[in-house]
Amino acid sequence: MNTLPTAADAAPRSYLDAAHGLRSWLFTVDHKRIAVLYMLAVTFFFFVGGLAASLIRIELVTSEGDLLTADGYNRAFTLHGVIMVWFFLIPSIPSVFGNFLVPLMIGARDLAFPRLNLISWYLLMGGGLFTLLALVLGGVDTGWTFYTPLSTMFSNGHVVAVICGVFVAGFSSILTGINLIVSIHTLRAPGMTWFRLPLFVWSMYATSIILVLATPVLAITLVLVAAEHLFGIGVFDPRLGGDPLLFQHLFWFYSHPAVYIMILPAMGVVSELITASAHKRIFGYRFVAFSSIAIAIIGFMVWGHHMFVAGQSMYASMVFSLLSFLVSIPSAIKAYNWTATLYKSDLTVHAPFLFALTFVGLFIVGGVTGLFLALLAADLHAHDTYFVVAHFHYIMVGAAVAGYFGALHFWWPKITGRMYPELWGRIAAVMIFCGFNLTFFPQFLLGYLGMPRRYHSYPADFQFLHVMSSAGASILAVAYALPLFYLAWSLRYGQRAAVNPWGAAGLEWRTASPPPVHNFNSPVVVDFEAYDYAPEAARDRL
Amino acid sequence: MTASEARPAEQFEDLRQQAEADRLGMWLFLASETMMFGGLLLVLWFYRLSHPRETAEALASMHWLLATGNTALLLTGSLCMTLALAAAREGEARVLRRWLWVAALLGLGFLAGKSVEYGLEFQEGLLPGNDPASPLKSGAARLFMNVYLTATALHGVHILVAVLLVGGLAWRVGRGNLPVPAKAVTVEMIALYWHVVDLIWLFLYPTLYLAGRGA
Repeated sequence: MNTLPTAADAAPRSYLDAAHGLRSWLFTVDHKRIAVLYMLAVTFFFFVGGLAASLIRIELVTSEGDLLTADGYNRAFTLHGVIMVWFFLIPSIPSVFGNFLVPLMIGARDLAFPRLNLISWYLLMGGGLFTLLALVLGGVDTGWTFYTPLSTMFSNGHVVAVICGVFVAGFSSILTGINLIVSIHTLRAPGMTWFRLPLFVWSMYATSIILVLATPVLAITLVLVAAEHLFGIGVFDPRLGGDPLLFQHLFWFYSHPAVYIMILPAMGVVSELITASAHKRIFGYRFVAFSSIAIAIIGFMVWGHHMFVAGQSMYASMVFSLLSFLVSIPSAIKAYNWTATLYKSDLTVHAPFLFALTFVGLFIVGGVTGLFLALLAADLHAHDTYFVVAHFHYIMVGAAVAGYFGALHFWWPKITGRMYPELWGRIAAVMIFCGFNLTFFPQFLLGYLGMPRRYHSYPADFQFLHVMSSAGASILAVAYALPLFYLAWSLRYGQRAAVNPWGAAGLEWRTASPPPVHNFNSPVVVDFEAYDYAPEAARDRL
Repeated sequence: MTASEARPAEQFEDLRQQAEADRLGMWLFLASETMMFGGLLLVLWFYRLSHPRETAEALASMHWLLATGNTALLLTGSLCMTLALAAAREGEARVLRRWLWVAALLGLGFLAGKSVEYGLEFQEGLLPGNDPASPLKSGAARLFMNVYLTATALHGVHILVAVLLVGGLAWRVGRGNLPVPAKAVTVEMIALYWHVVDLIWLFLYPTLYLAGRGA
C-alpha cells in the first residue's frame, strides 16, 4: 500500500505483531516469545501428566485392580510423576513467567543471554519428548524417584532412556537459572535497587540459586544410575561394596530443594497478586524477600527427612527433623505477611485474587501436615502412605498450580493484550479449590488409616474415601481444563486490555499490553519504591 | 574490526555491562560444574572411607607417575591460558594465538596420556570388560576402579571440550575474527573454564592416585 505513515505506524509494534509465521517463533530470541513457547510446552505436559493421573484415579475407584495390571499401574504413576515434576512443575513458573516478567519487572530489554534462553527451551522439548516416548513405548515402573536397586537391577522398563531425557532437561533448568540470576544482577534499570525489586523477582532469584546448584547433583546421580544399569559398575550394588542408600542421599539432595523450585516461584506470584488486589504495599517487604533466600538455603539441608525409615542414623534423623522444622519459619513469615497485607486494605476481589487465596489456604494445609511428617515418631506411622501423597500434592499441586493459574490470569492481559472472561475465571478458581480439597483431603484420612501409596488394589474398607477422592479428581480435571477454553476464546473475542487493567504497581504495568519488542518505548528510570500503592490510596481518601 | 567498532549486544547498555554479565554467567556455570563433580567426589570419598583396605589394594595398581606427568601438562596449560589472557588484554594477537595453541596441545597431551593409561589398565585387567585378568581380589577394589573410570572419563570429556574451545579460539584469532583487547573477555571466559577443569583434576588426582598410597 502506498499511504503516508500514520501515528499508529510510528508506534513500535507489539512483540506479537513484530513478525509472523512459525519460523519467527521457533527461532526467536525475544524472552516474551520464548515464554509463550514455554507456556505451550508446559500446558501440553500438564495435560499428559493429568491424563496419567486420571488413569490412576479411575483405577482406584474400585478396590480390585481391574482397569490396570499392577505393572501397568506402576507405569502410569511413574509417567504421572516424571512428567509432572520435570516437565511441568519445575519449568512452569520460572520458565514461563520468569522469562516473560523478569526483564519487564527490572526494566530491561531482554534477559542477559537470549540465545541461551532459546536453547533452554529446545533442551526441555528434546528431553521431554524423548522421555514421553520412552514412557509411552514400554514405560518405567520405578516411580519418579528411580530408587536403587529397583531401578538398577530389577526394573524391566526403559530406565536409561527416561534418565537421559531428564538429564537433558536438567541442562534447561541450569541455563534458565543462570540467565535469570545474571539478568537480575546486571540488567536492572537505573534506580532499580535490590529493595525496589518486586518480590516475584526475589523469588525467581532464590529459585535460580537452587536450579544452578542442585540440578548438577541430580545430573551426576542419574549418570551413575545409568552406568550401574548398563554396565553394573557397582556404585549402588552391595555385592561390590556399593550402597543403595547412597543413591537416596544424592537423589534427595537434589529433589528436596526441587520442591522449593516448584513452590518458591508460586510464592513470588502470590506476593504480586495479593498486593495488587489489596492495593497496598506488602507487609514486611524485606522479611518476605529474605524468607525466599532462607527457604532456598535451608532447603539444601533437609533432604534426610525423606529417609527416616530408610535406616539412616538416628542422630542424623534428629538433625534433619530439626532443620525441617526450621524451613517452616520463613514459610510461615510469608503466609502471615500476606494475611497482614490484606488487613484494612482496599480490596478488589477478582479471579487472580481467588487463586492467590486458594494458594494460601492449600499451602497452609500442606505446610502444617509437612510438620507432622518432619516429626520422627509421626513419620514412622505416616511414611509411604497416602498421608504423604496428600501432603505433597497440597504443596506441589494445590498451591503451586494455583499460583501458576493465578499468574496466568493476572498477566494474561499483558501477555496477549486481551482480558479473560472474569466470571469464568472466578468459576475456575472456586472449582479448583473445591475439587482439589475433595480429591486430596480424603487421602490424609486414607493415609492415617494405613493405606500405602503405589498399590492398585486395596482392602474394601478404604473404598468410600477413594471414591470421594476420585469424584474430586473429576471436578478438578474439569476445572483445570476450563481455562484452556475460555482463555483460547479470549484471544479472539476478549476485551482489549488497557496498559494497567488492575491498577497495579510495577514496571510491567507501565508499558503497552502486549509490550513492544524491546519492552519499553522510552528509557526506564525507577524513582519509586516497590508496591508504591499507599500514597495514592491515601491521597484518594483525602 | 577495531576496538571502537565492537558493539554490545542489544540487551546491554555498553561493553562493560556485557562483560560483567558474561563473567557472572560463566562463574555460575562453573559453580554448577563444581557441584556435579562434588557429587562424584563425595561418592569416591564415601567408598574410600568405608573400604580402606580394598581401596589400598586398588591404589597399589594405579599408574601414579603417568598421572603426575599428566597433572604437570594440565597445570602448564593453565599457565599458558593466563599468559594468553594477559596477551589478549595487551592486544597482542600473535602472542595470544601462540599461547592458545600451546595450551590446546598440552590438553591434547593430557588426553593422549590418559588414553595410554586406560590402555595399560585394560591390559592389566583393572578396568571392566577384561575381568578374567583382574589382579583385584575384592569387589570393593573393582568398585573403586569403576568409579575411577567414570570420574576420569567425565573429566576427560571436559578436557576435550576445553581443547576444542581453546583450539577454536586460536583459529578465530588467526583469522582475525577476534579483536583484542576489545573481546579479551571471550579469552577470559574460556580461560576460566580451563582453570576450573584443571582445579577439578587437582581434587581428583590425589583422591584417585595419591591419598592412602602404600600406607
